Amino acid sequence: MSAQAPPPIPTRIAPIQTAVDILDSLPGGSVVLSKVEYLLNWSRAASLWPLTFGLACCAIEMMAAWAGRFDLDRMGVIPRATPRQADCMIVAGRCTIKMAPIVRRLWEQMPEPKYVISMGSCATCGGPFYYDNYSILKGIDQVVPVDVYVPGCPPRPEALIEGLLKLQEKIKAEPFLRRAVPA
Amino acid sequence: MALRTEELMLNMGPQHPSTHGVLRLVVTLDGENIVDVVPDIGYLHSSVEKMMEYRTYLQNVALADRGMDYLTALANEEGYLLAVERVGRIEVPPRARYLRTIMLELQRLSSHLVWLGTWGIDLGATTVFLYCFRERERILDLFEQATGGRLHHVYFRPGGVYEDLPDGWTDRVLAFCDEFLGRVDEYHELLTGNPIFLARVQGVGVLPRDRAIAMGACGPVARASGVDFDVRKAFPYEAYGELAFDVPVFQEGDCFARYRVRMEEMRQSVRIIQQAIAKLPDGEIRSKVQVNVKLPRGEAYARTESPRGDLGVYLVSEGEDAPYRVKIRAPSFSNLFALTEMMRGWKVADVIAILGSVDIVLSDVDR
Repeated sequence: MSAQAPPPIPTRIAPIQTAVDILDSLPGGSVVLSKVEYLLNWSRAASLWPLTFGLACCAIEMMAAWAGRFDLDRMGVIPRATPRQADCMIVAGRCTIKMAPIVRRLWEQMPEPKYVISMGSCATCGGPFYYDNYSILKGIDQVVPVDVYVPGCPPRPEALIEGLLKLQEKIKAEPFLRRAVPA
Repeated sequence: MALRTEELMLNMGPQHPSTHGVLRLVVTLDGENIVDVVPDIGYLHSSVEKMMEYRTYLQNVALADRGMDYLTALANEEGYLLAVERVGRIEVPPRARYLRTIMLELQRLSSHLVWLGTWGIDLGATTVFLYCFRERERILDLFEQATGGRLHHVYFRPGGVYEDLPDGWTDRVLAFCDEFLGRVDEYHELLTGNPIFLARVQGVGVLPRDRAIAMGACGPVARASGVDFDVRKAFPYEAYGELAFDVPVFQEGDCFARYRVRMEEMRQSVRIIQQAIAKLPDGEIRSKVQVNVKLPRGEAYARTESPRGDLGVYLVSEGEDAPYRVKIRAPSFSNLFALTEMMRGWKVADVIAILGSVDIVLSDVDR
């Protein structure tokens, strides 16, 4: 068998090349027409900064999602410790009735538009164990509106990433400029 | 006219990136100096002790994973099942005892890695977190292959363990152990080669030996204050009596001593794992498979050395298939109150360094 020539090394990464080809074919070269709403939603979805509300076991898996192997930073998801800088809130772990007013207050402190991800069974519905318990809130959707539920006890980091991707889908499909602000 | 000053109440938590959970500290400050610290706990109270009374002995194994200290699920199972086995006089076959020992020490490594990584973040050294979680993921892979779970395993059963090891697992653990010893030295150089880190932890938050004993401090916190006590040595359980290991003890009682105790414990854990794998006997992994465990009337107290300290479980049985009463002596709880002793007199910037060095888990404190 004769040795085959190696494939040519691409000078640009394929999606960038496609974008450059589209730009070159336009008159003027660098003007793209788009909807304002689409652009706003695209940029909002690509830089979700969550407030990390780590309560229990799920918080450890949430930390693992930001560590080396799963690396949530590559998706523009950067943890914030203050609600004022956050776009969404990841409530990870079981929420007690004593903690519920604090979850609500931090949600109120977040600027609009804001989203909530409920991570783990306990935050979603009181969990696989705490259904007959006097101290755990049976789901944080009793105090804050939840956008995405991530099931699992605790969910793997991949599941949290999937949850964030679902939230990105939701944000991209939103009529951002004409939406009603929730009470 | 004399300048009038007054004390400032600073509320830290419960939602704070450095409280390692949902701890609220009410700090009274005089200028920058800490006058008093009052911890407010209960933000993660999940009433595990009460719930255990309404679940069977087998169901409680899964509850012990989650309701108690969530970083050390297997150590909780061990404490609970040791009490169950003592009440029921259930024998554990030798292979199961060694398997449990290997798992417990791997759990200690993964727990100490979370502590080191998060403490590094608290002190501004974010790289340590990434390094520690890199190794921790490998431990979790090993756990996943053997037990099926990353964080909550439900692997131990009354009278043994649930499943035998998969093929080649011990070789993978030994390969990991060899690599990990070098990694511990790497973390050590990364942190102790940093003068900022040393300035923030050396001589800070001193807990004298007599106060450590008076406040009931246990585990690495007590051993850093010169208390030479380890349940694994004093009351050996599982296979610890047959394995050689050292208990690191330091006299200084500051944050740096607590750091060095845990770093040395990681090296000793690797030593225990290597010996246990070399001695791992063949045979049964579970003495008697029971779908419904019923214990005779009686009571027992089991002491184990969890990564955070002296974990005790007191169990009373009335002859039913569920316990009559379970009392958990949580190591983080007593260490949390030793924390108030450590903090008095230091600056407000040291709160984070001292809090991180104690390594509390609020799920363990509140239960």
